[in-house]
Amino acid sequence: MTRSARRTRRTLQVAGAGAAALLALSACSSSDDSSTGSDSSTSASSPDKLSGTVTVFAAASLKESFTALGKEFEQEHPGTKVMFSFGGSDSLAASITGGAPADVFASASPKTMAIVTDKGDASGTPATFVRNQLEIATLPGNPDKIASLKDLTKSGLKVVLCDKTVPCGAAAQKALDAGKLKLTPVSYEQDVKAALTKVELKEADAAVVYKTDVNAAGDKVEGVDFPESADAINDYPIVQLKDAPNAEAAEAFIALVQSADGQKVLTEAGFLKP
Amino acid sequence: MTSPTDAPDKSAAAADTLRGGPRRGRVRTGFGRGVPLPLLVPALLGLAFLVLPLIALLVRTPWHSLPDQLTSPEVWQALKLSLLCATAATAVSLVIGVPLAWLLARVEFPGRGLVRALVTLPLVLPPVVGGVALLMALGRNGIVGQWLDAWFGVTLPFTTAGVVVAEAFVAMPFLVISVEGTLRAADPRYEEAAATLGASRFTAFRRVTLPLIAPGIAAGAVLAWARALGEFGATITFAGNFPGRTQTMPLAVYLALQSDPEAAIALSLVLLAVSVAVLAGLRDRWMTAS
Repeated sequence: MTRSARRTRRTLQVAGAGAAALLALSACSSSDDSSTGSDSSTSASSPDKLSGTVTVFAAASLKESFTALGKEFEQEHPGTKVMFSFGGSDSLAASITGGAPADVFASASPKTMAIVTDKGDASGTPATFVRNQLEIATLPGNPDKIASLKDLTKSGLKVVLCDKTVPCGAAAQKALDAGKLKLTPVSYEQDVKAALTKVELKEADAAVVYKTDVNAAGDKVEGVDFPESADAINDYPIVQLKDAPNAEAAEAFIALVQSADGQKVLTEAGFLKP
Repeated sequence: MTSPTDAPDKSAAAADTLRGGPRRGRVRTGFGRGVPLPLLVPALLGLAFLVLPLIALLVRTPWHSLPDQLTSPEVWQALKLSLLCATAATAVSLVIGVPLAWLLARVEFPGRGLVRALVTLPLVLPPVVGGVALLMALGRNGIVGQWLDAWFGVTLPFTTAGVVVAEAFVAMPFLVISVEGTLRAADPRYEEAAATLGASRFTAFRRVTLPLIAPGIAAGAVLAWARALGEFGATITFAGNFPGRTQTMPLAVYLALQSDPEAAIALSLVLLAVSVAVLAGLRDRWMTAS
């Protein structure tokens, strides 16, 4: 009698432990790399005093400038911490609509921003805070003498583009269409940094990427401007998310990005003013 | 004849684990008798954990648009390329992997443990890291690749051959482990008998050992093929993504997910169906033959 009761209890314990392990696993996978939530209880009595973590999901092309802005934010508001998740705008948007706990979303195109706003996950209307222009990235010293977008169509040249599903690829296609050019790349890369890396590693001779990425890569690549890029300028919208765990800090971070200080950091990185 | 699973050898056991554990049919216990609840409950939980995502995929499949998705030329292109490259990668693995497994199982040499660890490294290495390593070695600017380019004008990145290389790098360890385990379990006295009858070591390998370990080789080849079919990280890093040339099904799924989740689900379903069909079909034929 007691024995079977004990056995049942133990079974329940084991089952409970198994369920807990499963829950822990699923919790891990859904919360990704951000660990907000716990310290988001900002007291309403002192709105000037920000605290806790603000989680920013931002397009891969914003990595360098936003990292700098994050440091500035932490200095201005002691006690706060800015966590970033950089990646392809599409995958970030998918994570947000999938329930990732983020405060701010900055994407590389209105189209990817629309994925989030259409689902009702944004609080307020997205604001365009910068624009970005394409540039050709070539090997240092430009050994293939690339001077225009048309030069990329030369045979024997290994060119990589972003895939048409991500903003930099869509923009490159727009520029090619504007110049009535047809270009067969060796690869369609999954985001702008992957395309640039192929040139940095000298596996490809050229890539069509953002001006800001060429700047950020320093002397590992050389940039070539081309007039068709004017027809394919990307707007970058930023928005506070509806379920933001730290709404006040999110608001302050967006304000910093739009402030004169923030704009200075962004234009220095090669972004255009909206 | 000693069957692979009877040997208490560690690597044979490891190979068994990879192959799906000891043979089915040996444990004939029904659920009603002898299975303690503390084992049964977590076991069923484990089963649910592994199978649930696959069921979810089926539930969310856009059945109405499935025929259109599947008859699109892009899908066929990606599927054909996937099957071709996985088969080629398996062939490459067989040609160089079986001798490697033989070396590890039959020849004593200093540092064998280290070599075995290195051989199995791609099993635990993140595939993207494998892709980066391949670029450093065989890329146009890589330590070996620059000579391939200079001497033969051959560059592997962005080519179908590059896909095969990436897949073979990730899949071959499965074959090597499988075959090595089978070899260690196979009785070496047959080879010794062949040697006493005047056969050279290579003849003995060809005429005696190979037929003896054929089921193990087949099992390893199926595993390697399935792994190659699903390979993503090393492929996109090393070979890039171009429809018809380097875009395999997993790459197509990943990129479709960015713009058209329904298409991604449909593509995933195809890959799932192909993998299940092959694993289920070949399992009974090859893996239970003792």
